[in-house]
Amino acid sequence: MAISASALPHSHADEHAHPAGHGVSDHEAELRKEHLMLDPKPRGEMNAMVMDSMTSASWKFWVVAGILAAIVAVALFGAWGYMISEGLYLTGKNRPGYWSLFLVHTVFWIGISHAGTFVSALLRVFKVEFRRPFTRAAELMTTFALAQAGIQIFAHMGRVWLAYWMFPIPNQRQLWVNFQSPLMWDFLAINTYLLSSTMYLFLPLIPDLAMARDRSTGWRKSVYRILALGFRGTESEWAHLRIALNIFAFAILPVMFSVHTIVSWDFAVAMRPGWSSTIFGPYFVVGALQSGVAAVGMVVIAIRYTMKHMDYFIRKEHFDAIGKLMLVISMGWAYFFFNDYMIQWYGGDSFTDALLHFHEAGPGGWIWFMMLITNVAIPWLVLWNKAWRRNPWILFSVGLLINVGMWAERYIIVPVSLQINRMPFFWGQEFKPGIEVPIFVGTVAFFILLYMLASKFIPLVPVWEVQEGQMAHSIRKYGKEPVVSVAELE
Amino acid sequence: MAILPKIPEYKAEWKEGEEGRWGVAVDMDLCTGCQACVAACSMENNVPFVGEHDAGYGRQMAWIRVERLWEGEYPEVKATPFQPVMCQQCGSAPCESVCPVFATVHSEAENLNLQVYNRCVGTRYCANNCPYVARVFNWADYSNYPEPLSNHFNPDVTVRRRGVMEKCTFCIQRIHKAEDQAKSEGREVGEGDVIPACAQACPADAIVFGRLDDPESKVSKLSKDKRAMHLLEDLGTQPRVSYLKGGFHGNLG
Repeated sequence: MAISASALPHSHADEHAHPAGHGVSDHEAELRKEHLMLDPKPRGEMNAMVMDSMTSASWKFWVVAGILAAIVAVALFGAWGYMISEGLYLTGKNRPGYWSLFLVHTVFWIGISHAGTFVSALLRVFKVEFRRPFTRAAELMTTFALAQAGIQIFAHMGRVWLAYWMFPIPNQRQLWVNFQSPLMWDFLAINTYLLSSTMYLFLPLIPDLAMARDRSTGWRKSVYRILALGFRGTESEWAHLRIALNIFAFAILPVMFSVHTIVSWDFAVAMRPGWSSTIFGPYFVVGALQSGVAAVGMVVIAIRYTMKHMDYFIRKEHFDAIGKLMLVISMGWAYFFFNDYMIQWYGGDSFTDALLHFHEAGPGGWIWFMMLITNVAIPWLVLWNKAWRRNPWILFSVGLLINVGMWAERYIIVPVSLQINRMPFFWGQEFKPGIEVPIFVGTVAFFILLYMLASKFIPLVPVWEVQEGQMAHSIRKYGKEPVVSVAELE
Repeated sequence: MAILPKIPEYKAEWKEGEEGRWGVAVDMDLCTGCQACVAACSMENNVPFVGEHDAGYGRQMAWIRVERLWEGEYPEVKATPFQPVMCQQCGSAPCESVCPVFATVHSEAENLNLQVYNRCVGTRYCANNCPYVARVFNWADYSNYPEPLSNHFNPDVTVRRRGVMEKCTFCIQRIHKAEDQAKSEGREVGEGDVIPACAQACPADAIVFGRLDDPESKVSKLSKDKRAMHLLEDLGTQPRVSYLKGGFHGNLG
């Protein structure tokens, strides 16, 4: 059997802190404390821990969930319903700002949804071991964030009650959709992504649902029995699951890259200064990963410190790894930002030139600078430091700031760029946010609420993947030195 | 299984350099900026009044606007000539290809760019993609006038509800009326049969409407005049509105 997985890096961070004279057992204990994969627990015990974290909820949980549900009911569905009954004049939109915060938030949520697939599929394909305890949390993010993106894009429509006219359904009216429109490409790409990522979420969930079925009673048992699809853990079932996961992990990656490229085409193929940029595809993909991986970091930290037993599964090594990913992606984003700016500026088109000046020196100039500070300066200054990366407060704050910065980037691209067009008579200056703000707050609350409910219903940690990883890892003695070895189990 | 009827395909069919059927020539040297075209257009086409607040916020809905800009830095400023801008009825219209539901299409009969109000779902992509910013959106039910006021609506034109896009139609209802009249008289629609509201109201006769495919019509001759130009011609949208500038009166401006 080929050994292709890479060994975990040895941690020498605190080595010098130990006084000399301690034996090799200390080093081994330190390795076990650092790495989840080297710190195995009996399977029964681990299953019990996960079941316990799912079935027990303190009163605080229900208070928070109740508050979030109230926010969703009022700020999201209440405000949206009011807007549907009254009209879009409640928003901040005008001419020339025909698109504004709803589109900003659509792109924002689609961006967040990206990291789920990225973290899970890409790291699975490359057999990166630190992914194991948080792939599920990341995959859930894809589905939940796409739901919010869908809400935002439907809220954006002038006549949302006719949204089904955008579905290519054969009908008696003899009306068809326009496949030349980037919005149709977008609609199809997002639907493909939602369906495939939901299936990709469900596949590795099956063994955990079977585990939960075997350890629960009452209504839970009957629900899990249906969802687990009769999984019993036979050799052939595992073989099938592995093949299916392998196919999905490889197949979903191009879908992930395509979907945000197509979202970028909503802007890039339009005849507008500042939008018609050929680099927008990869720029949007990297931007999506930038906000998404930061959001994965925030979710992982939130899970670690709010859920029972999660301190065992999620450790500082995971903060460290996510922090490194955030740093690398921030560098990639900076490259594409520079590239996009440089090419547009060098083109010398007078309207584009006016727009670029408007970005920096217009009334929204501080947002443009804030975007550069939170997306580039802060991650680069903070995340290079191992001790800071491993600090949950610092990592959470950087993740939050990156998401603020990515929101600002979309804000610059949509409402700010719309103020400058080719008819100077209709250059805008003014933009007031309207009912988009409560609807956005509502989608944030909805996103958190979905996570909270999911944490009580499905195992947020893929138990079987952790156990599989722990079986593959072992510490062997090479002389007196403990050496980590990894075997591939397939 | 019943055989479904073939769904006709609607898309912009245009050829490079093709003349439009209907066109407008605006003589900017004659325009006095009196805004009579704006008022006449609004009355003819049931364009709603949005009120002081919304108009101040940039939601005014007039289909035609009279642009005037300043050139140079204060105090060395010079006013540009008045420029009435409406939908340019592009031969290759950027708004048409981006609509996901074919709510804005090219008509074969009139060779115009149509907005189908009851098909529009309000994505507003067409407005973003229009380089002339010629499109306006119904942000609210602005046309909900109380009883006696609603009697002023023109019965030939749809009253639009909230959530749909609209724009200048070249007074297509008047074109149809003239075509019907000409057909009943057994002849082609000719010079002077169709006058849109803006041209009719213009006291300086700065707006000339007519058939572009008739080389003898006034609008054809004006659009081939050496003073004529098109807005944002370099984009290749093939606009059907010509602007004339630089004659004798231009020096007075």
